[in-house]
Amino acid sequence: MQDVNTETGFIEAPPRVNEWRRFSRVFFQRKLVIFGLVVLTLMVISAIFAPWLAPYDPYVGNLDDSLAQPSWKYLLGTDIGGRDTLSRLIYGARTALIVGFVTTVSAAIVGTVLGLVAGFFGGIINMVIMRAMDALMGFPMLLLALLISAVLGSGIQNVIIALSVATLPGYARVMHGLTLSVRENDYIMAERAMGANNLRTMLSHILPNTLPPMIVLVTLQLGTIILAEAGLSFLGIGIRPPGAAWGSMVYDGYRFLISNPLLSFAPGLAIMLVVFAFNMVGDGLRDALDPRLRGIL
Amino acid sequence: MITYIIRRLFIGIIVLIIVTLIVFFAMRLLPGDPLTIFIGQQGASGTMSEAQKEALRHEYGLDKPIMMQYFSWFGGLFTGDLGTSIYYHEDVGKLLGKRFPITLHLGLLSFVIANLVGILLGLFAGIRRGTWIDATSTTLANIGITIPQFWLGILLIYSLGLKLHLLPIYGYTSPFDDLWMSTKQLIMPVACLAVTERSVIIVHALKNSLIPVITLMGLGLGMVFGGAVLVETVFAIPGIGRLLVNSVFAQDYVVVQSGTLVIAFIVIISNLLVDISYGWLDPRIRYG
Repeated sequence: MQDVNTETGFIEAPPRVNEWRRFSRVFFQRKLVIFGLVVLTLMVISAIFAPWLAPYDPYVGNLDDSLAQPSWKYLLGTDIGGRDTLSRLIYGARTALIVGFVTTVSAAIVGTVLGLVAGFFGGIINMVIMRAMDALMGFPMLLLALLISAVLGSGIQNVIIALSVATLPGYARVMHGLTLSVRENDYIMAERAMGANNLRTMLSHILPNTLPPMIVLVTLQLGTIILAEAGLSFLGIGIRPPGAAWGSMVYDGYRFLISNPLLSFAPGLAIMLVVFAFNMVGDGLRDALDPRLRGIL
Repeated sequence: MITYIIRRLFIGIIVLIIVTLIVFFAMRLLPGDPLTIFIGQQGASGTMSEAQKEALRHEYGLDKPIMMQYFSWFGGLFTGDLGTSIYYHEDVGKLLGKRFPITLHLGLLSFVIANLVGILLGLFAGIRRGTWIDATSTTLANIGITIPQFWLGILLIYSLGLKLHLLPIYGYTSPFDDLWMSTKQLIMPVACLAVTERSVIIVHALKNSLIPVITLMGLGLGMVFGGAVLVETVFAIPGIGRLLVNSVFAQDYVVVQSGTLVIAFIVIISNLLVDISYGWLDPRIRYG
């Protein structure tokens, strides 16, 4: 297949199949990326099949077995309510994934639209949107989420709303910058000269050209969101027991650090592994999709 | 240069005003009006007559139109009158004034240590690029940005505090009272904050150093304040972060409002200074 092109003497863009091969070669080359993929696969499996994988009910425990040490009956022991730690860890993967994905997707969509509109139209629209984003960025992420949670109360939806608002300006800012640079390309001018309207130019020409960096940003943000959700739940503001969230499990176990250290060690390790995995896969994606993004994202 | 500074200051002021709007209206969206919460806190909900409630509402200025309330609150920011905490029964300005130095002590110490170590290690790894030193420091830095600060704190408490009995596991003593005790108490919290911040610097520095060190420092300041909320909770340090979390639980909206505002102001003003110094160091920015 490759020979056909080279025989004509054109040194044009390489055929598509090579692009995919180049991507997978760079992507799968690193051991840490593979490690990340394995961790994430395990996490997704335990999130989806939690009811079949978890040996016990994660929400209702047996009070007779309160604070049991690890044994063959309870592999990782139980908490104060006699709930099995392993089962709660498995269900916690579900919580972390739901919060991570829903938050990232909603923040990315709203942020992308705001950044695109601001960058494309410029002027007063740009001024209003971007200054509002600057203002949101002035709050440390956890504090903004704390402020919003104070208003909305705890629970999974409110955590998602709080973290979406807190991370939205990041997407808007990156998208704004990308739009400004893509907008200056000749093909956009050609498109405009042929009479394309604003909406068409934005959606079918600017947006697709900003996708690779945005995909990388989304992957890297997933880890940050999971870490922030764990932080909020640790503070008791996010997801509260009996809801299974890794952050609140660490906090609950903290009280029994001397007698049952595993209660807070195990969920903390789970948070760290998953965040590490998302960051490694995100880095790998960045280098494979567009190496020039190194240093920007 | 003057035009650049004026332009940046102007934008900075607009951003600060938007921040006050966000904070004020976010807290007014609270379900139920603040007065109901206040009365509930006093345990007097049943005993109070409508007229008494009305009098209280008038006293706290809650009967005025919302925009008027905003302006009087905004005016209060300049005179240092931030209102009274309904939970601590204390002037919010004074309350923040007591807690803030503690967070500042913790934060600045972490900030200085993180930047010193971060720059040194970043430089070293940069010079020896591609060697095992580079690989090890990158991996360690990646672990540093992924480890939950509160969990790192717990690991330290368990190992250095509970098992080895080397360091006190909680509390805060002013350095003016007992410098040695104060230092011992801050070692673990500072380590938690500094490890995360330093790691961010190294990871970014290794990604080609396109983001200059001062920008990272500005970013680091926000991280220190965000992280302080968690670290102060783990080590029971009575700083501003702990105050904010407690106030969220107590629905003490005046404290949450003012505390968040103060921190956002500090972060935005320091970023503004970073921007200005940046324009000074690199003339291309000024005309960009």
